[in-house]
Amino acid sequence: MSTNPGPFRFHGGLHLDDHKSESLTGEIVASSLPAQLVLRVSQHIGEPNKPLVKAGDRVSRYQPLATSNEAVSAPLHSPVDGSVVAIEPRPIAHPSGHDDLCIVIEPDAQQVTAESGGNSSSEPNDLLDIIRQAGIVGLGGAVFPTAAKLQTALEHGIRTLIINGAECEPYITCDHQLMNSEAPSIVRGIAILQQILQPEETLIGIEDNKASALPAMQQALDAAQLANTRIVTIPSVYPSGGEKQLIRILTGHEIASGSLAFADGFLTQNVGTCAALTDAVDLARPLVDRVVTVTGPGVRQPGNWRVPLGTPISHLVEQAGGYAVDQPRLIMGGPMMGLPLDSDAIPVVKATNCILVLDRKDQPKVAECVRCSQCAEVCPAQLLPQQLYWHSRARQFDLAEQYHLFDCIECGCCSAVCPSHLPLVQFYRYAKSEIWEQRRKAYKSDRSRRRHEFREARIARQKALDEERRRQKREALAKKKKAPKKVKSEVDPKAAAVQAALERVKARKQEQQVVPKNTDNLSAEQQRQIEAAEQRRNRERQDKP
Amino acid sequence: MSVTSPFVTPSASTNRIMRDVIIALVPGTLAYIWFFGFGLLVNLVLAVAFALLIESAILLLRRRPLKPYLSDYSAVVTAWLLALCLPMHSPWWLVAVGVGFAMIFGKHLYGGLGFNPFNPAMVGYVVLLISFPREMTTWFLPHDISGDMLGLDEAIAYSLGLADPGQWDALTGATPLDEYKTNLGRNMMVSEIRQSPIFGDFGGIGWEWIANWWLLGGIYLLYTRTIRWHIPLAMLGSLLLISSAFYLVDPDSVASPGFHLFSGGAMLGAFFIATDPVSSSTTPVGRLLYAALIGVLVYIIRTWGSYPDGVAFAVLLANMCVPLIDQYTQPRVFGTHRPDDRT
Amino acid sequence: MVVLIAVLTLGFIAGSFGLILGYAALRFKVEGNPVVDQIDALLPQTQCGQCGFSGCRPYAEAIAGGEAPINQCPPGGENTIVALADLLDVEPMPLNEEHGEHNDLPLVAIIDEQTCIGCTLCIQACPVDAILGSAKHMHTVIADECTGCELCLPPCPVDCIDMVPVAQTLGDWKWSPPDETIGGLARVD
Repeated sequence: MSTNPGPFRFHGGLHLDDHKSESLTGEIVASSLPAQLVLRVSQHIGEPNKPLVKAGDRVSRYQPLATSNEAVSAPLHSPVDGSVVAIEPRPIAHPSGHDDLCIVIEPDAQQVTAESGGNSSSEPNDLLDIIRQAGIVGLGGAVFPTAAKLQTALEHGIRTLIINGAECEPYITCDHQLMNSEAPSIVRGIAILQQILQPEETLIGIEDNKASALPAMQQALDAAQLANTRIVTIPSVYPSGGEKQLIRILTGHEIASGSLAFADGFLTQNVGTCAALTDAVDLARPLVDRVVTVTGPGVRQPGNWRVPLGTPISHLVEQAGGYAVDQPRLIMGGPMMGLPLDSDAIPVVKATNCILVLDRKDQPKVAECVRCSQCAEVCPAQLLPQQLYWHSRARQFDLAEQYHLFDCIECGCCSAVCPSHLPLVQFYRYAKSEIWEQRRKAYKSDRSRRRHEFREARIARQKALDEERRRQKREALAKKKKAPKKVKSEVDPKAAAVQAALERVKARKQEQQVVPKNTDNLSAEQQRQIEAAEQRRNRERQDKP
Repeated sequence: MSVTSPFVTPSASTNRIMRDVIIALVPGTLAYIWFFGFGLLVNLVLAVAFALLIESAILLLRRRPLKPYLSDYSAVVTAWLLALCLPMHSPWWLVAVGVGFAMIFGKHLYGGLGFNPFNPAMVGYVVLLISFPREMTTWFLPHDISGDMLGLDEAIAYSLGLADPGQWDALTGATPLDEYKTNLGRNMMVSEIRQSPIFGDFGGIGWEWIANWWLLGGIYLLYTRTIRWHIPLAMLGSLLLISSAFYLVDPDSVASPGFHLFSGGAMLGAFFIATDPVSSSTTPVGRLLYAALIGVLVYIIRTWGSYPDGVAFAVLLANMCVPLIDQYTQPRVFGTHRPDDRT
Repeated sequence: MVVLIAVLTLGFIAGSFGLILGYAALRFKVEGNPVVDQIDALLPQTQCGQCGFSGCRPYAEAIAGGEAPINQCPPGGENTIVALADLLDVEPMPLNEEHGEHNDLPLVAIIDEQTCIGCTLCIQACPVDAILGSAKHMHTVIADECTGCELCLPPCPVDCIDMVPVAQTLGDWKWSPPDETIGGLARVD
């Protein structure tokens, strides 16, 4: 698979107004600390974290607050010196609108903890440990634990490392500003990745609408003198920042449907993640803050801030000059794929790349699908969104799956062009979650069926054994009836057997001289009572037929 | 949370598409009225009125709200196309029946816009053609040739059946396609047929000019991205190819490619009728096949079928093939059947 | 004569097709009744007996034999009825509420450990062996395996079993279907 920075294109996509200049103020401002930080305990894809602290504890900056033992997880650290006010469910950024467990910290007035020196090892395993313990996750929005991703990639072998500086969604400029202001940090992060993965080449994809970022990155790259690493300028088409699309643009290669990039020897990392790696390795800083763009027609002074995790959105909007509209619509993310939020008390998490504030205006009305197929013309995954729509709507989810529903990256291009304003992406999300629920139910009912069948088999076997024993007893009884009656003086064989057994037991007991625990330190009276009971028992046994 | 991404204001909308189609229809319609008089105008007004009325009635029967369905202008477009297909001085009831069939049996019985497998205007036209052959074949000559034209009031009277149709018999005549069909059937040579005064450069006088305007309207639609190039190009292309093939073999016994392209419903069909998104194929390759099929069928029906023009039947036959075409022309999904995959 | 030839020809055609069909019936005969397995695969395996049969499999067999309609399974609800209707190519019907109501919220049993006397009657009743315990020892319900069939409630002599809704986590939250009303808003606030 030769990699060639030729002008490869992907099917579909949209040219959108990028609205980037509003928030490119030329710097990343350090966000001030709010009165309380609300840190969601799990801010990654994978197994949830459990808190390590409890309400009332004092915590220092960079102290781990929550971890998990599973491989696909990332610990959470405290961004500040402070005290834990509470650990309780709080509103978070999730489409369900439900709460999730959060650690609420009140920062101290004075922040004293300083950064310590970094590590000098360049061993892949050491670096992976540092990355894992630093809680670094993919900052492009997917928040997959970086250490786990690198571990899998390392085991598989990576040929081409791809650095994602595309940032194709309108309004978002956090990566752009990061590349402008902190290019050396990003390039150092790329070097760390190269130390771990040893790829044959590294391609940095940057969209051509980032005029200031290209020279900054090029300068940093020249200074670092990394081998086999180059910047490739790519056309500004949404969604060129999607992993599969980016790989296609940069190398012409298509990742197979249903498979992940590392299977073909590719690994992609966002530029923000690279900068976080530098902090973790060189400065021993875990992931406690990130660059967030606050922008949109709904705020007065858009810009980019470096925000401590757990900062409520209202605090950011305040720093951005406050709301410019009466009815703001808050979105975490960009206009194409972002998550709408109910309240501005919701805190920033590792996934928050942008807070977009739009004006809630008149909504377009939904009309019938006229099968114009403009959706198929723009789909970057080359799907037939129309078919997916019909089948999802009719709840024929198996047909939707046949039309490759799970290849949909939910980019929103289809909904954006639909002349009938159909909420297409919503249909696909609905269909996917229904299919997942069906799979969960099928798994559960399979288990129940197997348990039930085993139980039936067990009961049947028990019955058969019982039948067998009863049959044997009946036969024995019948035989006994046929045989002549025994003389009373003769010993009843059954009673004799019982007696023999008792004597065997007594003999064994005497041999072992087992002293029952509860008969230690017995008084004479108790001893006599026990013996009397024993004698009674013996008599009853002999009296029994 | 019932709101989800994306949060962009879409620029396109269904009624804007329909309005663009209507705008593109206006030049050709005006040319038609210029050449043939006010009959078309009367038919148009009647057709649109009946369409909206009948659609409202059906929507009420289906217990649907009127405004969202009527405001997408799809009824207006269907009525307009049907009016263009009818002879210019048709009686009012012919228009009503045609529009009624188109709305009811061509659209709403299937579930309304977006659910009909057949082009509604063509359904209405074909029903009229088969049921009322006399009314549907009473075409008038362009006033350049016949020397006279009905005024607006006369056209209205004629349409409402208030006038005596006999007095304008002299103004009626065969259409260019009619001429060809009848006279080729009598084994006349093409060169002889074209001596008739009704012919212009390519097609018939008047008709070819109207076809020009349909072409220009179609280019406008392509420019505004209301329609895509696949269907017009494939339909006109296949019609051109098949008519050229037969013309090169024997130019005197078949009509020329130019005649075919600029006569009858070819131009109107290529840009306005076959491009109806609901009943046409939805995949890019599928559209090429679908339109090519229409082009070939038009030629076959015109040359060897019993009707002078075959656009309506060709479109309906191709509509029937659409599900099959769509099934087998699905585009390749990203990441499947890659060139270097072994299967 | 012509009639005779016609009759013989048709008779020959009919006879040969009959032979082919007979051969096919023997050669391609399928053992057992696979449709029972297919029906059983669609049932929710709650083993609750609300359908009137002693488990899901007997109900599947009854449906296959035409002895029971497809709308008697409350835990399966409408989804199961529609899936069965699709499989068997019949009309879906509404759930027969005489057999119970469909509960959208799944329930699991939970034993009050303060009250449990360890009598094993519930263990014997559970159709999927989801209760752990033995005589004179504490009993507990394995929540992941409990199907919510409620068969353990009647036998308990001290009435210590309750049905509680399964906790909904963010992991099993589902998107709701979008509003399909034509003329409705594309995005609703």
